[in-house]
Amino acid sequence: MKKQNTRIILDKIFKCLMVIIISAVLLFIIALLIMLIRRSQLILSRYTIWELLFSSDWDPDKGLYGFLPAVTGTFFVTVLSLLIAVPISILSAVYISEYMPSTIKSYFQTFIDVLAGIPSVVFGLCALLVLVPLTRDVIGPLFGVKTTGMCVFTAALVLAAMVFPVIISITVESLGILPVGLKEQFLSLGATKWQLIETVLFRAAGPGIISGIILGFGRAFGETMAVVMVIGNKNILIPSLFSPGQTLPGIIVGSFNEMMSVPEHQSALIFISLILFVIVLFFNILANIIKNRLKSRWRYE
Amino acid sequence: MLNKDMEIRIRDLNIYSMYKNKKNSHILKNINLDIPKNRLTSIIGPSGCGKTTLLKSINRLHDIQENIKVEGHVFIGDEDIYNPRRQVNEIRKMVGLIAQRPYPLPANIYDNIAFGPRLHGKRKKSELDDIVENCLKRTYLWEEVKDRLKEPAVALSIGQQQRLCIARALAVEPEVLLCDEITSALDPISSEKIESLLLTLRQDYTIVMVSHVLRQARRLSDYVVFLYFGEVVETGYAKEFFESPKDQRTKNYISGIMPGL
Amino acid sequence: MNKYIKESIFKVLMVISVFIVMAYIVIIIGINVVKGGIVIINNPSVVFTAPGPKYLLGGEGGILHAILGSVFMVIPSTCIACVVSYLIALFLQVDYIKNNFSNKLRVVFDVLWGIPSILYGIFILNILIVTNRRGSLGAGIITLALLQMPVIVRYMDEALNSVPNGIRESAYSLGATRLETAFTTTKYALPGIIAGALIGMGRAMGDAASVIFTSGAGNSMPKGLSKSASSLPVLIFQQANSFYPSVREHAYAASFVLIVIVIILNTVSRISSKHFQKYTSGSGK
Repeated sequence: MKKQNTRIILDKIFKCLMVIIISAVLLFIIALLIMLIRRSQLILSRYTIWELLFSSDWDPDKGLYGFLPAVTGTFFVTVLSLLIAVPISILSAVYISEYMPSTIKSYFQTFIDVLAGIPSVVFGLCALLVLVPLTRDVIGPLFGVKTTGMCVFTAALVLAAMVFPVIISITVESLGILPVGLKEQFLSLGATKWQLIETVLFRAAGPGIISGIILGFGRAFGETMAVVMVIGNKNILIPSLFSPGQTLPGIIVGSFNEMMSVPEHQSALIFISLILFVIVLFFNILANIIKNRLKSRWRYE
Repeated sequence: MLNKDMEIRIRDLNIYSMYKNKKNSHILKNINLDIPKNRLTSIIGPSGCGKTTLLKSINRLHDIQENIKVEGHVFIGDEDIYNPRRQVNEIRKMVGLIAQRPYPLPANIYDNIAFGPRLHGKRKKSELDDIVENCLKRTYLWEEVKDRLKEPAVALSIGQQQRLCIARALAVEPEVLLCDEITSALDPISSEKIESLLLTLRQDYTIVMVSHVLRQARRLSDYVVFLYFGEVVETGYAKEFFESPKDQRTKNYISGIMPGL
Repeated sequence: MNKYIKESIFKVLMVISVFIVMAYIVIIIGINVVKGGIVIINNPSVVFTAPGPKYLLGGEGGILHAILGSVFMVIPSTCIACVVSYLIALFLQVDYIKNNFSNKLRVVFDVLWGIPSILYGIFILNILIVTNRRGSLGAGIITLALLQMPVIVRYMDEALNSVPNGIRESAYSLGATRLETAFTTTKYALPGIIAGALIGMGRAMGDAASVIFTSGAGNSMPKGLSKSASSLPVLIFQQANSFYPSVREHAYAASFVLIVIVIILNTVSRISSKHFQKYTSGSGK
């Protein structure tokens, strides 16, 4: 009887422990948010949000904090990289899951996993060695532009490579869980394989694919190091895709040394972090809503 | 019995399943089979004897599975469907499949029926309307759904979904319908509706049905094939098959004494 | 014949896409292995020597400080993160709370996973500023632990989730408490749990954006918890664009070491989860 009691007490102790840890995690998120808001108050008290977001001058020494170059830079880099990555990754995911023989398939998935695990600085290094010269000597002249290679376009190319594994693995997974019976029924209506993929599988696997794309967006958007290494880090409104630019996370890393000294500068950087946090939060929630919506709309059973 | 009455002729069909680490198994052994035109043929036999495998081989559905190797010939009419020069989807168009459980397209009822004709290039609205109405009427679904053709197909009951799948298969004008235990997931009332539907359809289509339920096979079939561990043991028209089976194994199976099962 | 043409066009496009992805992988790994390999073969001592004077100006020294910094930072942080994540994953799995609520918690962890790693760095940095401290090895450990926690939680949760329900039910029916039942399922999910830990470790190993603020990122050997430390990714970031070729070579060598570590972690975790699959599919029937 005594042993019984200790077991139940142990059960209760662990329950308390877990509740404490979970609360700590939730507290961490709240603390993060509060800290970001409070510490960006300084800059917000001197400038309005509109002034910060829509002014294009960035010179902390003169007290100018315009985020517009970084905002547009982030936007172009992210969108361009997704434009490259989404079609390529979805097409290759379809090929991997529907056309590849299963023996090769598992090797290929290992490859994709390796790609997913490669640190972003390594991507950055590789981009410096390969993509920067490529853009400078081949792609730039092809479009008739003179460029150093350290530009928005190169950054988008690197980001695309980092988004591949995210979208591919989620798409392969969501195509893989579709029942064979579903395919059989539509094949026996006389559909060609591509017709089947286009009309049935994309819909049935749609929620998964779309959440993969949104996750890929999140990765591209928040990626810091690889982009900073190749984008050239100039706070100007980019005149073309082949000119150097700046991204929001890039500003933070680029000026982390000064961060300790000038309070106003520090506060501006923290305000940028707040923007990042809010956007990531927004897209995560959006991804969840879209996924659930589509799941009930594109139900196949 | 003339060759002309036979819709499907299966000659020397062997199917093997190949697994990397396991021993290859010989699922169907030297099947030679004739299935009569515009009749309902049942394939019966204990579970695991290859009934569904045989059924799918008539539709070349084994092509999408890597581990299965098919040898032999299946003729529909005069055509060898395993002829590599034929486009596989044209063959599948001639042979409709209705599976154990219905998978409606994630779309509305109308699009579900129109899906097949659209695949084959029919785009005209009036033409599609006709096909949809016709097929729904043939499956006695029209009265039930005519006011809500734009509602999602998954909202229908599972019995209705199964009939919708039959209607969808009819919309591409097949010659043969393959039914793989189509009533096993349904309640008795829905299965009865489907059974009576099959009885009306057999005038126009050659139906091949796999059934676990002996009584159902007895009720519905014109022609019966008894499959036992990958071999055809006995075939015959339903009446003589059930009343005077020739093989001992058939007798045992029909009377319910099957040693080792 | 139109649809057949469409099919072949898309097939060609798909093959091209697969080749592009393949090419990316091969180029990334290939370039780093070749460049880094050459450096290491020419001068193996790079890996074993600490940085000397005028290190960033092309002076003497190797990357030992970064390797040791990475190891000292990642291993403790993974241990902390594993313990915490395991308890969280159990909490999501064990029937202490309603399923609906644990699904909401899962969304929270997904959000945490999606936060750019630089934000973790900013958070810890602010705590450091408030408490008037400098970046140190200890702060780096805490940052990395926070960073990998959502990843590990997700993998552990999935691993525990795929244990067949029958095992849980039979444990309950033998009179086990919820905690004991949870420990029983852990045994079955162990390979998946280990895989999750290794993947989290890989993430921490390669992340520069968070530790660049918090670990001090100096060029000295790691000397203690409150002293500054460097790490491989930070070293790559700082030296890849250097003016001096000999400094750039440090970055190549570091990325070679980093890639080797990441690939090893990846392979081991894959083997581990394969083993896991065998486990569950065997008991599935």
